[in-house]
Amino acid sequence: MVRLGILPAMAILLALVVGALVMIASSPLVRGSLDLGLPLTAYGALLSGSFGSVDAIINTLVQATPLILAGLAVGIGFKAGLFNIGAQGQFLMGGLAAAAVGVATAGLPPIAAIPLALLAGVAAGFAYGFIPGFLKAFTGAHEVVTTIMLNYVAIQIIAYVVSGPLRGENVSFARTETITSAALPVLAGRNGHIGIAFALVAVPIIAWLLFRSTLGFEIRTVGANPEAARYAGMRPRLLTILTMAISGLLAGLAGATVILGTVGHIPAAYATGVGFDAIAVALLGRSHPVGILFAGLLFGAMRAGSGLMQIQAGIPVQMVNVLQAVILFFLTAELIVRYLFRVRAESAEISELKTITSSYGTGQAVK
Amino acid sequence: MIELLYDIPILGFLFQFVGYLIEVLPIIAPTIIGAATPIALGAMCGFMNERSGVVNIGIEGMMLTAAFVAWWVASLTAQVLPGDPIGPMGMSPALLVGLVAAIAAAMLVSLVHAWLSITVRADQIISGVIINIFAVGITGYLNLLISRSAPPSAGQFRAWDAPAFLADIPVVGWLFDALLSQGPIGLSLLVAVIVMQVLLFRSRWGLRTRAVGEHPEAAETVGIDVIALRYRNVILGGVFAGLAGAYLTIEFGNSFQGEMTNGRGFIALAALIFGRWTPLGSFGAALLFTASEGIQRAVRFGPPEGALGDFLSSVPSQFYSALPYLITIIILAGVVGRSIAPAADGRPYSREKREKRAKASA
Amino acid sequence: MTDASSSPRTSDATPERPPLLEMRGITKRYPGVVANDDISLDVRPGEIHALLGENGAGKSTLMNILYGLAVPDEGEILLNGTPIEIDGPNDAIRRGISMVHQHFMLVPVLTVAENILLGDEPMANPIFLDRGAAHARIRELSSFFGFEVDPDAKVESLSVGWQQRVEILKALYRQADILVLDEPTAVLTPQETREIFTVLRRLTSELGTSIIFISHKLYEVLDIADRITVIRRGRVVGQRVPAETDEDDLAELMVGREVQLTVDRGESHPADVALRVEGLHVRDDRGREVVHDVGFEVRAGEIVGIAGVAGNGQDELVEALLGLRPVAGGTVTLNGAHITGASPRELHRRGIGFVPADRHRYGLVLSFPLTDNLSLNDYYHAPFARGLVRNEAEIRSYAERLVGEYDVRTPSVTVDAQTLSGGNQQKLVVAREFDGDLTLLVLDQPTRGLDVGSIEFIHRQAIAKRDAGVAVLRVSAELDEVLELSDRIGVMYRGRLVQVLDARATDREEVGLLMATGGRDTEPPIEAPTAVS
Repeated sequence: MVRLGILPAMAILLALVVGALVMIASSPLVRGSLDLGLPLTAYGALLSGSFGSVDAIINTLVQATPLILAGLAVGIGFKAGLFNIGAQGQFLMGGLAAAAVGVATAGLPPIAAIPLALLAGVAAGFAYGFIPGFLKAFTGAHEVVTTIMLNYVAIQIIAYVVSGPLRGENVSFARTETITSAALPVLAGRNGHIGIAFALVAVPIIAWLLFRSTLGFEIRTVGANPEAARYAGMRPRLLTILTMAISGLLAGLAGATVILGTVGHIPAAYATGVGFDAIAVALLGRSHPVGILFAGLLFGAMRAGSGLMQIQAGIPVQMVNVLQAVILFFLTAELIVRYLFRVRAESAEISELKTITSSYGTGQAVK
Repeated sequence: MIELLYDIPILGFLFQFVGYLIEVLPIIAPTIIGAATPIALGAMCGFMNERSGVVNIGIEGMMLTAAFVAWWVASLTAQVLPGDPIGPMGMSPALLVGLVAAIAAAMLVSLVHAWLSITVRADQIISGVIINIFAVGITGYLNLLISRSAPPSAGQFRAWDAPAFLADIPVVGWLFDALLSQGPIGLSLLVAVIVMQVLLFRSRWGLRTRAVGEHPEAAETVGIDVIALRYRNVILGGVFAGLAGAYLTIEFGNSFQGEMTNGRGFIALAALIFGRWTPLGSFGAALLFTASEGIQRAVRFGPPEGALGDFLSSVPSQFYSALPYLITIIILAGVVGRSIAPAADGRPYSREKREKRAKASA
Repeated sequence: MTDASSSPRTSDATPERPPLLEMRGITKRYPGVVANDDISLDVRPGEIHALLGENGAGKSTLMNILYGLAVPDEGEILLNGTPIEIDGPNDAIRRGISMVHQHFMLVPVLTVAENILLGDEPMANPIFLDRGAAHARIRELSSFFGFEVDPDAKVESLSVGWQQRVEILKALYRQADILVLDEPTAVLTPQETREIFTVLRRLTSELGTSIIFISHKLYEVLDIADRITVIRRGRVVGQRVPAETDEDDLAELMVGREVQLTVDRGESHPADVALRVEGLHVRDDRGREVVHDVGFEVRAGEIVGIAGVAGNGQDELVEALLGLRPVAGGTVTLNGAHITGASPRELHRRGIGFVPADRHRYGLVLSFPLTDNLSLNDYYHAPFARGLVRNEAEIRSYAERLVGEYDVRTPSVTVDAQTLSGGNQQKLVVAREFDGDLTLLVLDQPTRGLDVGSIEFIHRQAIAKRDAGVAVLRVSAELDEVLELSDRIGVMYRGRLVQVLDARATDREEVGLLMATGGRDTEPPIEAPTAVS
């Protein structure tokens, strides 16, 4: 287990170095002159903004919650040899459905409204993941392309629904009414809502599903060797659809959690990068639930601390994206890391990826 | 007479719609073409990649990087070099330097994509994801830092004054006018589409590219260097992503905003698929995609009369926006006219299997 | 059967002419196997030199060396008397060596002309292809051989026979002095084969091209070759000229006499019929029927071998029996119950075990630990699972028992299957498939690529199963394998089961001949070519 973490840890370390170099190089723009100490200031602020106080830690957890859930969504797809780039769209549809039901159930007590809104989000995500799964299984339309397209369809659906039928009254811009009864209760600090618990519970559940259940065994077998799975009596077609749907379900839950727990409404032009960050989380976590938990916490901490970094060090929050991309780069080009550190650690590669790309050009339906 | 056609049930609706299109297309054509240009250029980048067997979902990031670099470098240059145009279409030194820098930047990003996809043989989709995340980060980061000092804009390219006689051609003159009344990048797209289409099917480069994208092993056995050809094509593809990005910040507009590509790189991917991996096809697809938004705008400002107008006005504008994506899914699923990727698309090629093993034991 | 003098070959053995190509003492070792062991071969100008040998005898390795795809460990290659080193296909082509691969190297979506030109394109100018010149040259070449091929036809729309012609045109277009054909008739009909032979003869007689013709089909080699070099297990075992040999002689050379492994197989005691196959028809992935009307039965307690050269329908037969491929017609029963078209899981439940030839494809999930691989067929039911819940303890103790029983050498049952050696990986598959209450055991070349010890182990296990009353169906392309254990032997040839022999009343020569020719009765000899219009 520890050995699995060596390469990711080194990739993170290298990314921090690269980030520092970028900051130093751009320090004249930040400070007016070259400032070698800028990275220290920035990383210090990042750290204290994410772990420096109880509020900071809670904020880290809040930021990590959707990343972990959506990261699990992408990760479970990887396990089945599927690349779900559509976590973004499923996240949005989950958020939209949760908001719609959340607004509609304003008259109900929270004990009824919250589960209903969550259920709606989960169901919407499930359905939105089902579509590309079905298309892949029966027509061979590759999930990478269909999910990218569905991400943009989701944006338009939200724009339509929220600027039309669901538009709230007396709001300054196109958004739904504020969710009241279905809002997730805050348990700790300023914004530590109960959704954090969902993510923390989802990790062992998905781990159990993948590694302790027969369904998970089937999912993993299809991802590792679809032919062997077929001979062993599994049904790759059904499993493809089911995995995509479960993946969508998790992403939908992530969306519902954010809308019900943090945002409190959904705007017509809802901008988020969670679905894409989730890919980074799943890759960094090697698509293992526990790895995803840590990767989600790391990226959540970066998001949480980035505000303070901008205030204290003048480093724009987009530095977080740069760091994420560079981490992924070093994970992917792990030969660089191996060369630099002369390590013979276990590869961080996700072996099921082979199943994914090899099918891109064939356009073949699942057998 | 025409009224008669319009009165036919259902079909008459269609006739009315066609009549409406004929009426409004000349008016909205410049908007459609302007919006289609970056998408078609992005698709050309994808074309260069995928025809040689490398999937590229990082077009969006490449475009965004180029958009930023074009604007930034042009702005920096404008502060040192005189801003007066030295050529037609408002070609000032600053804009030209910006354009070259944008192309170079996109080629550099393409080189990274090529290295990860071809040499490292990493998953090509992940490589694209990395590029997209990085582009959002680095351009957003630098943009915020730079805009603190509010740098001057270097302006933008101007449209070419198309010869009047072309615009005066009856029936299709408006089309010539709309296509040719563009800046240098828009015009370069027209040239590129035609040239690349011809090259793909008529030149040695095109033949070899198609062979490598379909069956690299067969190409290798007749002595074609698969790895080199893929590298070259992927890097050259960067030129188009560079043009696409630069178009947004120094031709269509004159400023940069974070994440301003706004999904155009992904529509480019859709256009590529819809256009069946050909330059002409993707250009057509890009036009079709943006036409749906153009028509939506036309309907908003001047809907046709009668029931058709009511119907068109009642279709939500978001439906028009989503249409390109929906069409792509339908095409890909083969419901109507299946579109199939080059057979070796996304599959890293390895000579190793044969040669390295042989050499290791030699 | 075929009289050499009736063919228009002009290059009848002319030993005084110096060889165009010489390969001397070529040795090539791969981990664990010597693919080529001191092979020498010479090819004279305008000669058709056949390289005859069973699958895996080392023919392809030798040709890969000639084509620059592999580097020999020892030995040298001389072209026109000068030692050369061949650095990749490009270099080979430049030196006038062209190869038609067994698996066609054609790009399906490109046209005939494009495929032929690829890599050596005639240019109208530095950028554009000279299509006119290309088409003219292709037409000229093809009409020379008496067939017209449409240069603008897409290759994917051509029949296999025509694709083969395109491959040959591709080589001729490059003005090959030496043309290597790797099993060129494997996928052709007899009619198509005859036509290709006509082309080859004209090539040698009129253009003086030398041809290396790789095959394991005796009658073809006798018909087409000027000289025949026979390879067995990486060594040259003989050289013949068609006039001085016959099929029996060649078959004996090709399959050898020595028996390598002897397992005391004891007496078999066949009981009731376990597997009965009647009138079975199966199609391949492209929809062509590759198994025609096959019927046989396997009794409990006997081993029936299905022999056949690769590509004669036995793969599809096995896949159909195991529920991996739809049955196009006919019935299969197991102990009297209909199992035609049943799912793999259903078949396994009814007591069918299967050891595949390609264990990496069907047999194992290499990235999974031994525990998961050993329970791959039974993971879903008790005691390994209850409902959705896996019982890891049961799975593990089961794996530990099997690993012990079947002598799988591994540090632990939790290591991944890919860390084991090939022999141990196959033991893993054997352990899983042999264990439990079996009715029928299907072994598809179960010992391919294994060391002697593992082969012996697997053979002993198979005999033990037979003695326990299991019906065993053993499919192989290797004669020795089939002969060693089988009680009865069926021979597959071109999708038909041409004969079922009693193992005790036959010998390797008879079976080898049947494998290679399908029996003299069923395979009309290839006539001498008629004049080409």
